[in-house]
Amino acid sequence: MATTNPVLEVNNLSISFGGLRAVDDLNITINKGELYGLIGPNGAGKTTAFNLLTGVYKPNEGIVKLDGEDITGKSTIEINKAGIARTFQNIRLFKDLSVLDNVKVGLHNQYEYSTLTSIFRLPKYFKTEKEMDAKAMELLKVFDLDGSANLKASQLPYGKQRKLEIARALATNPKLLLLDEPAAGMNPNETKELMDTISFIRKEFDMTVLLIEHDMKLVAGICERLTVLNFGRVLAEGPTSEVLNNPEVITAYLGE
Amino acid sequence: MKNYLVKQKDNLITFGMVIGAYIIVEILMQAGLISSLLKGLLVPLCAYIILAVSLNVTVGILGELSLGHAGFMCVGAFASAFFSQLTKNSISADWLRFTIALIIGFVSAGIIGFLIGMPVLRLKGDYLAIVTLAFGEIIKNIINVLYVGRDSKGLHISIKDAVSLGLEPDGEIIINGAQGITGTPKDSTFTIGVVLILITLFIVLNLIKSRDGRAIMSIRDNVIAAESVGINITKYKLLAFSISAALAGVAGVLYSHNLNSLMATPKNFGYNMSIMILVFVVLGGIGNMRGSIISAVILTLLPELLRGLNDYRMLIYAIVLIVMMLFNWAPAAREYRDKLLSKINFGKKKTVEAVEGGNEDGNN
Repeated sequence: MATTNPVLEVNNLSISFGGLRAVDDLNITINKGELYGLIGPNGAGKTTAFNLLTGVYKPNEGIVKLDGEDITGKSTIEINKAGIARTFQNIRLFKDLSVLDNVKVGLHNQYEYSTLTSIFRLPKYFKTEKEMDAKAMELLKVFDLDGSANLKASQLPYGKQRKLEIARALATNPKLLLLDEPAAGMNPNETKELMDTISFIRKEFDMTVLLIEHDMKLVAGICERLTVLNFGRVLAEGPTSEVLNNPEVITAYLGE
Repeated sequence: MKNYLVKQKDNLITFGMVIGAYIIVEILMQAGLISSLLKGLLVPLCAYIILAVSLNVTVGILGELSLGHAGFMCVGAFASAFFSQLTKNSISADWLRFTIALIIGFVSAGIIGFLIGMPVLRLKGDYLAIVTLAFGEIIKNIINVLYVGRDSKGLHISIKDAVSLGLEPDGEIIINGAQGITGTPKDSTFTIGVVLILITLFIVLNLIKSRDGRAIMSIRDNVIAAESVGINITKYKLLAFSISAALAGVAGVLYSHNLNSLMATPKNFGYNMSIMILVFVVLGGIGNMRGSIISAVILTLLPELLRGLNDYRMLIYAIVLIVMMLFNWAPAAREYRDKLLSKINFGKKKTVEAVEGGNEDGNN
């Protein structure tokens, strides 16, 4: 893939908690439409890196650029508005809202009407809600969740909850999608299905994806390039097959 | 959308219930079957229902515990009673004066709610509950030392005593410290109370089923996730808190215009009142507006109906409360109730099965 227009550019990103450098001098460049993997053993700093990218933590050093725009140190909300959406390692859905409403919360910033419009049920309310319903159902259909639209999110089986989280993230219309261990806790069938879904949304929405994953099969199957973290530092990076054959990576991560 | 229709139907049941109860009470009143004691309770009851529904916005929809709800009621009560007292002679149309009083109660309590909410909503859970409790008491105590009088020169305000107002001979004291406001026009009626309940329900239920309502509930369910999809946490917390406070202000207007002398005592605007409202909300089901209304009615009428038992009245009240809580919310009781309901309502049972069966049949 030609390095035309990097969607995400991370330079020298670092953060310390006390004396521990949880992420140390991280550099990543992700191009448009790419599926990029971030792997590493437990405690390597992968999720911390995600939290830095999404504004949960403020970095001590370094610059994050999204589509050329500097988003370093901005708040989570601003970063989401700028175009980064994420999912969570331990699923965080709005469990008492319906599946449909979960996605509609994701659509929140793209459809506007005032509080008074909703209280007095002005025509704009019905018009906008109808559009939101249509858009949300369209997204749910992609993940085969349209049949469960009226269930509470907590009533969905595990695998579908993961999918709903991705659907909700996509609803915010991001430029970059961050997936934090999407296959965690899934059985092989569900993982396979998830891989297909990720490939599909990448094509369908022309989406750039950064993926944290433990499941090597999934990583090897769909990621084009990888960065391997170990103790907060970059151990290796490059095309997937190269990185996975790197002896250092094999010792650090995959075992002897 | 099926979901949408179900919700609309659900809301209609709530409205229907209130209107139905109103009609029955009116018929009973015409037939002379309601004691004067009970009659006197009708307006406060309407105020309690509004308080319960409005507190449910904070507790059930926003998911934050507030123990200062009576404080906002107090603000609405005093602001509006002050206005009515001031304009008793200048605005002759009762309905006009009372409508303005309602708006004043709504807006003043809403503003105070907003101002208190700004610092307080940074806290969570128990901390928030205790700070709101403190603010509720502060509001009550400020009003207890507030003296306002009027004479030909205008308004005089003091926080010392009535004498230091320095009124001219023609002046009158409007707010007299701990003695409060005396002679507020009696504008509240049961019918107005019911209309205000309906308006409150209309505002709250429409808010819940909207873009703002979803944002508020998403904060309740998961703050981190809500932030990650770009929901402005502060804005929506404040919105919910202010609306909840403003509606409590409306209840205060209703309450104060039913009394001859309005005083801020611990009983009516203090901690006890806040807790009582919270009991309505918890018993009726957190987030369940209809439940709040039913429990407010039962718990308000119960002590009166038990009046014949004299000394044992509050004991029985407490026992009934415990039994109701257990029946309503103990897991075993809920299971039993659900079973019973599913037998009555076949359609509901089917949905439950579809969910449990992992939705293989696409569950229509």
